[in-house]
Amino acid sequence: MKEESLWYIFINASLINNFVLAYFLGICPFLGVSGKMETATKMGGAVTFVMLISSMCAYGIHALLVVLEAPYLQLISFIVVIAATVQLVEMFIKKMSLALFRALGIFLPLITTNCAILAVALFQTNKGYGFIESFVYALGAGAGFTLALVLMAGLREELELAAVPSVVKGTALTLLIAGILSLSFMGFAGLGS
Amino acid sequence: MSEHRPNKTVAAVSEGPTATDEFIKGLWRDNPVFVQVLGMCPTLAVSNTAGNALAMGLATAFVLLMSNILVSALRNFIPRQVRIASYILIIATFVTMVDYAIQAISVDLHKSLGAFISLIVVNCLILSRAEAFAAKNNVGKSMLDALGMGLGFTLGLFSLGAIREILGSGSLLGFALLPANFQPWIVMILPAGGFFTLAFLLLGINAWQHRPKNTTP
Repeated sequence: MKEESLWYIFINASLINNFVLAYFLGICPFLGVSGKMETATKMGGAVTFVMLISSMCAYGIHALLVVLEAPYLQLISFIVVIAATVQLVEMFIKKMSLALFRALGIFLPLITTNCAILAVALFQTNKGYGFIESFVYALGAGAGFTLALVLMAGLREELELAAVPSVVKGTALTLLIAGILSLSFMGFAGLGS
Repeated sequence: MSEHRPNKTVAAVSEGPTATDEFIKGLWRDNPVFVQVLGMCPTLAVSNTAGNALAMGLATAFVLLMSNILVSALRNFIPRQVRIASYILIIATFVTMVDYAIQAISVDLHKSLGAFISLIVVNCLILSRAEAFAAKNNVGKSMLDALGMGLGFTLGLFSLGAIREILGSGSLLGFALLPANFQPWIVMILPAGGFFTLAFLLLGINAWQHRPKNTTP
C-alpha cells in the first residue's frame, strides 16, 4: 500500500468515506439539526472545532497510554477529553452569541455523544496516523460532516414548500433523502486511487 | 413521533405504570429504534447482516442493563452537576469490558463489528435511559426498563439486519434462504440500503398508526 498523502487523507475522510453517509456516524445531529441552513452551518463548525481539539488530545493520550502500557484506559480517557472540550465550546458559544446558543439547544451538550468525534479519535489511533496526519484527518471528517449537514438542510428547506403525503413527513422522509445522498456520494469511490 | 398518541401516554402515567409496563413499553410502544429513533448510528452501520445486528443488539442491551443498575444504585450519591460525566464514565467502563469479552469470544465478530463496539459509549439510547429513567427510579424498575429497552433495541436491529441480509445477499444468519437464481439487491448491504430500509420501516409504522379507524374490525 502506498504512503497516504495528506491531500488523500483529507479527501478520503470528507468525501470517499464521508462520516455521515458512508460510516453512519453522527446521525443524531444529522437528523436533528438539519432543519435550518443557518443552524446546520454553525453546528458543523462547532463539531469540526471539537473534532480538531479532541483529535490532538487523543494523539497525546494514545502516546501516553502506550508508555504506561494501559490500553484499556483508552476509551475512558478519550471520552473524558471530548466531554471537557464540549464544555469549553459550550461556554465559548454562550459568551459569543446567546441566540446561537439557544438555536443549538440540547444538541450542544449532545456533541459529547456525537459518535463521529469519538470515531475520529479511535480511527486515527487504529490507522496509526502521526500528529499532522491526525489533524488533517479530523479536519476532513469535520468538513465532510458539515458538508452532509448543509446539503441536507438545503434539501429540507426546499421540501418545506413541497406537497408531501402526511405519512412520509418527518423522520422517514429525512432518511429517504439521506439514502439518496449516500448513493450519490458513492460516486466519489474511485477518487484518489 | 410521540405527539400522535398523547392520550395513551397520559393514561399510562395516571394509572401508575406496573412492573410489566416498564418492561413492555420498550418492546413496542416506546421502541428505541422505531418510535424514539435513538441510537441510529450503530443501528444503521452494523445491520448489514442479521448476525452482526443481533450481536450488536445484545452487547448494547448488556451495557444498558449494567449501567442502568449502577446508575440507579448510585443515584443518591452522584452530585447533580457532574451526573452526565459520571454516567458516561460508568458506561465507558462496561463498554470496555464488553469490548474485551467479544474479542475473547470471537475475533471474527470483533473484526466485523470494528470500532462500533467502542462506539456503544456514545449510543444516545444508553445515556438517555440513565438520565431519564435510572436516575429517578429504584434498581428493580431500572432493571426492567433496561431489559425492555435493550430487547426492543435488539429486536429493531435484528429486523433491520434480517431484511437487509435477505434482500442483499439472499440468506439469513449465513444460511441461504432464497433460490439460487435470485439476484441479490447489492444496494441493500451498502450504506444507502440502511437508510432506505429504516425509512420504509418507519413509513410502514406511520401508515399503520394513521390507518382509518373504521375499517379495522
